[in-house]
Amino acid sequence: MSGVTVSFLSGLIFAVGLVAGGMTQPAKVTGFLDFSGNWDPSLAMVMIGAIAVYAPFSRLAGRSRPILARAYSLPTRTDIDWRLIAGAALFGIGWGMGGLCPGPAVVSLGAGHPPVLVFALAMAAGMYLYKLVETRAPAAGDFAPRPADVPMGAQGTDY
Amino acid sequence: MANFTPWASLAGGMLIGVSASLMLLFNGKIAGISGIVAGVLAPARGDALWRLAFVTGLIGAGAALGAAIPWAFAIGIDRSTGEFAAAGLLVGFGSRLGNGCTSGHGVCGMSRGSRRSLAATATFMITGAATVYVINHVLGGAR
Repeated sequence: MSGVTVSFLSGLIFAVGLVAGGMTQPAKVTGFLDFSGNWDPSLAMVMIGAIAVYAPFSRLAGRSRPILARAYSLPTRTDIDWRLIAGAALFGIGWGMGGLCPGPAVVSLGAGHPPVLVFALAMAAGMYLYKLVETRAPAAGDFAPRPADVPMGAQGTDY
Repeated sequence: MANFTPWASLAGGMLIGVSASLMLLFNGKIAGISGIVAGVLAPARGDALWRLAFVTGLIGAGAALGAAIPWAFAIGIDRSTGEFAAAGLLVGFGSRLGNGCTSGHGVCGMSRGSRRSLAATATFMITGAATVYVINHVLGGAR
């Protein structure tokens, strides 16, 4: 089995998990975020289940080589900078507005509801916009390439 | 808590954990969706195929499940097309600026004990909750 096959199977399993968890229903996401309304804690269960399974395996990473790859590409940064916080803050506003995050938005493309198509196209546009801003900014400015940043897939900082 | 689905959501979360573990142990990669999708939209030589395979799996499963159990994709919230577009733009831009989303920071990074991921997850939970508060309780019940 090749690494690409594992990626495909992982994508399938990830999607089934998102759907089973209720993440492809925007009303469930906003229900989770609505602490002062009719709160639906389901999404906390999704997170608990995912971390309970992944955390022990993530401890194994780095001790040896991955089964089908030459090396691990794992984030190495530990600093908390304004980009991290500002990015997460904007992300959260969009998440609350649309009730979708990137995984469920991509999975829901398969189901074909127009609002999701709009959301997903705009999400792609937002990612392009970021790339544009990052590459066009002056080297000394706030959008200068960070020394700790290396291309995705290398010894990356990228989630 | 009328809509609470603890067991389905726990099982779904565990499947996400299985998927992320496979990506890590076999391919040495973090299953962060925003990063993977960004790498498909702007592919780098030699680093695109595994991303494309993962995204194909996501969309393929979505198409099959969308046909089998359409209720699992119910929108259920009242938002205009413009609001969905603005939301997508913020999610796309914000996840790149912040180097991750709910999967990368919320699941993978939190599991690895990353300070950055903890800070990011706390931040998007707070701004997400504040946004829903404004929509549902200030602007008046968009649900």
